[in-house]
Amino acid sequence: MLVSNLEFLPGRTVVRHLGLVQGSSVRSKHVGRDIAASLKNFFGGELRGYTELLSDSREEATERMLEQAQSLGANAVLNVRYSTSSIAAGAAEIFVYGTAVELAD
Amino acid sequence: MNGLLLQAGSVVALLVLGYLFGRLAEKRHYRRIIEREAQMQSLPVVASRYPPEDRAYQQQLVTGSVVIASDYFKAFLAGLINIFGGRVTPFESMLDRARREALLRMKEQALALEAAYVFNIKFDTTRIATGKVGAMEVLAYGTAMIPMAGTDGNAHEV
Repeated sequence: MLVSNLEFLPGRTVVRHLGLVQGSSVRSKHVGRDIAASLKNFFGGELRGYTELLSDSREEATERMLEQAQSLGANAVLNVRYSTSSIAAGAAEIFVYGTAVELAD
Repeated sequence: MNGLLLQAGSVVALLVLGYLFGRLAEKRHYRRIIEREAQMQSLPVVASRYPPEDRAYQQQLVTGSVVIASDYFKAFLAGLINIFGGRVTPFESMLDRARREALLRMKEQALALEAAYVFNIKFDTTRIATGKVGAMEVLAYGTAMIPMAGTDGNAHEV
């Protein structure tokens, strides 16, 4: 499955548009990570635990979007966008969406 | 009275520690960023939505992200600036670091795929709520253009 945030791919024709596909994931971190992060928070620097958490979460959301695209018979998802919202202290929603299409060859 | 002194003392201690460690972390981070930016300069990152018109490339989405925390001193200073208004420089440098770091991680991914370009770069910035001080997440993503075997990718050898 080809995933891209371009609107069209040079030299390739879209045979069918299959509509919007999306995936989302809400995650929160466990208490241990929270404590480590709040310590780091006084002194600055990267919060590695959170970086990992959010990128895992993003992977999961993308996976869900791809499953949806697959079930529609798509072979590519174009114009993919990510959006992130902090919902409450300690939880973030990752949302990913794009257009499922069928490309020739 | 004693309690009050203790409280004031701990705030001052946190400010000093935040200032020292925060500055150290920022300096170190900037040094690493500049070093890696120089190393990865050969990979052009383009904000255009329109890729080259030939079919010599394969495409793949690449991403890079980072969560960077403020420090106690920055947060305090920002609070002060907030009273009078104006540029909140302590947070400007924090976001600048986060954006450049995210872009570098995305480039690392693209280079591992032997991409010649990355097109249609987008940034997504979110405040992550973590207690009083706060942290920001920056995500950078784009489409890596990977020269296909047997064809001539313009910028890089295959």
